[in-house]
Amino acid sequence: MKNAAQNAISATSGVLRTLGMTFMHSFRKRDTIMYPEEQPYLPPRYRGRIVLTRDPDGAERCVACNLCSVACPVDCISVVKTEDETGRWYPESFRINFSRCIYCGFCEEACPTYAIQLTPDFEMGEFDRQQMVYEKSDLLISGVGKRPGYNFYRVAGMAVGGKDKGAAENEAEPIDIKTLLP
Amino acid sequence: MIFGLSEHDIISIGLTAIRTLVILLGSVLVAAMMIWVERRLLGLWQDRYGPNRVGPFGLLQVVADMIKIFFKEDWIPPFADKAVFVVAPAIIMLTSMLAFAVIPFTPTWTVVNLNVGILFLLAMSSLGVYSVIFAGWASDNKYALLGAMRTAAQMISYEVFMGLSLLGVVLLAGSFNLGVIVESQRGMWNVIPQFPAFVIFFLAGCAEIHRAPFDLPEAEQELTSGYHTEYSGMKFGMFFVGEYLGIVLISCLVTTLFFGGWLGPWLPGFVWFALKAGFFMCFFILLRAATVRPRYDQLMAFGWKVLLPIAIINVAITGAIVVAQS
Repeated sequence: MKNAAQNAISATSGVLRTLGMTFMHSFRKRDTIMYPEEQPYLPPRYRGRIVLTRDPDGAERCVACNLCSVACPVDCISVVKTEDETGRWYPESFRINFSRCIYCGFCEEACPTYAIQLTPDFEMGEFDRQQMVYEKSDLLISGVGKRPGYNFYRVAGMAVGGKDKGAAENEAEPIDIKTLLP
Repeated sequence: MIFGLSEHDIISIGLTAIRTLVILLGSVLVAAMMIWVERRLLGLWQDRYGPNRVGPFGLLQVVADMIKIFFKEDWIPPFADKAVFVVAPAIIMLTSMLAFAVIPFTPTWTVVNLNVGILFLLAMSSLGVYSVIFAGWASDNKYALLGAMRTAAQMISYEVFMGLSLLGVVLLAGSFNLGVIVESQRGMWNVIPQFPAFVIFFLAGCAEIHRAPFDLPEAEQELTSGYHTEYSGMKFGMFFVGEYLGIVLISCLVTTLFFGGWLGPWLPGFVWFALKAGFFMCFFILLRAATVRPRYDQLMAFGWKVLLPIAIINVAITGAIVVAQS
């Protein structure tokens, strides 16, 4: 009998307590963000719309290595490579089909030159499916994105127009393996 | 003289007809608006907004939903028992709306002044079980049937305590007439001398209209949506509005039986009635926001082992006191 009374009291007080606690939520701030009028804060690393960035000198960073295209789990990136007269690679066309893209960010991880980057922008809705296919001109931005100051050719050992072997940052002069002099 | 009726009779019949229409439309409108109120209040208590885009404060959301539901395909499953399937949603609307006939909103605003008002109410809420059983049976769907069986068992069990809890009120007022019961509370609201009865009636009412936490018949996680699984379009809408009519009805009943109906200082009677009933409607929503659903055997055990004894003891003590006083 005593046990039953204790049970009854604890059950009743439990229900009353949960009612009170729920009611106290009336005075809390609401978590909802009124979206179109009020923009949510998205962290800089948010994986949204994909862009192609440029190096600090204003040249395209992309070297058309196709690693992003290979890494892409849904095969939504298509790159065609070409070269300029100095031997520097760049993409002739760079196409991302955003109706397939799952915004996983693997392309960004795979990119050796920090060219392809995901940005905190998700407002990409379209009424026409064809509009979801972004060409290189749609993807290319004029800034450096998340990697200021980085220029692939300035740190890489590859010789391109205007920069020979050994001229890159932190790169030693090439060793002449045919000489016996120290 | 028309059809043997005097001018006075015709006017009084016309007035009653208008009153009936206003009460019917009013109760259905309030029930429809309850959908909006519930969604907003649930939002408030879950730290979000709820519908706030259509019209001022999202008030027109109900209208938008109504337009949608009217234009939806009204599909009857080919395996269903067609006649019963169609009748079922009408019954729940009918019984809930008929129950409003005896509720005294103000001393003058009541459709019929029945001297067996409470019995009529209990009868109407019992008839509501048919709607659920018909719906579940005619759907020829195992989830619907399971839901309907649960509902029937739940409603019939809780009917017992609902009736028993009201006996105390009837004993104090000495009448089954709801108007007389309200007048008998002029000195003190029934909720004070009949507090256990109020709690039992409220819980039983909750179970009667199968609202959370007693919404086992519609437990989505186990039964999809219970007895109205196969319903769509306006037929589903009628079940939906019927449920909200049930909330309005139980709130009105609690107000009338335990909280002195239209009685109250300064403000006119109807305002007091609306305020009290509105409070209980919001309390139903708070109950849904806060509580969890018990297991089915717990529900039954709670009813028969806890509520029934308390209700009987309450009736016995109230009866003894009334006899001793007279």
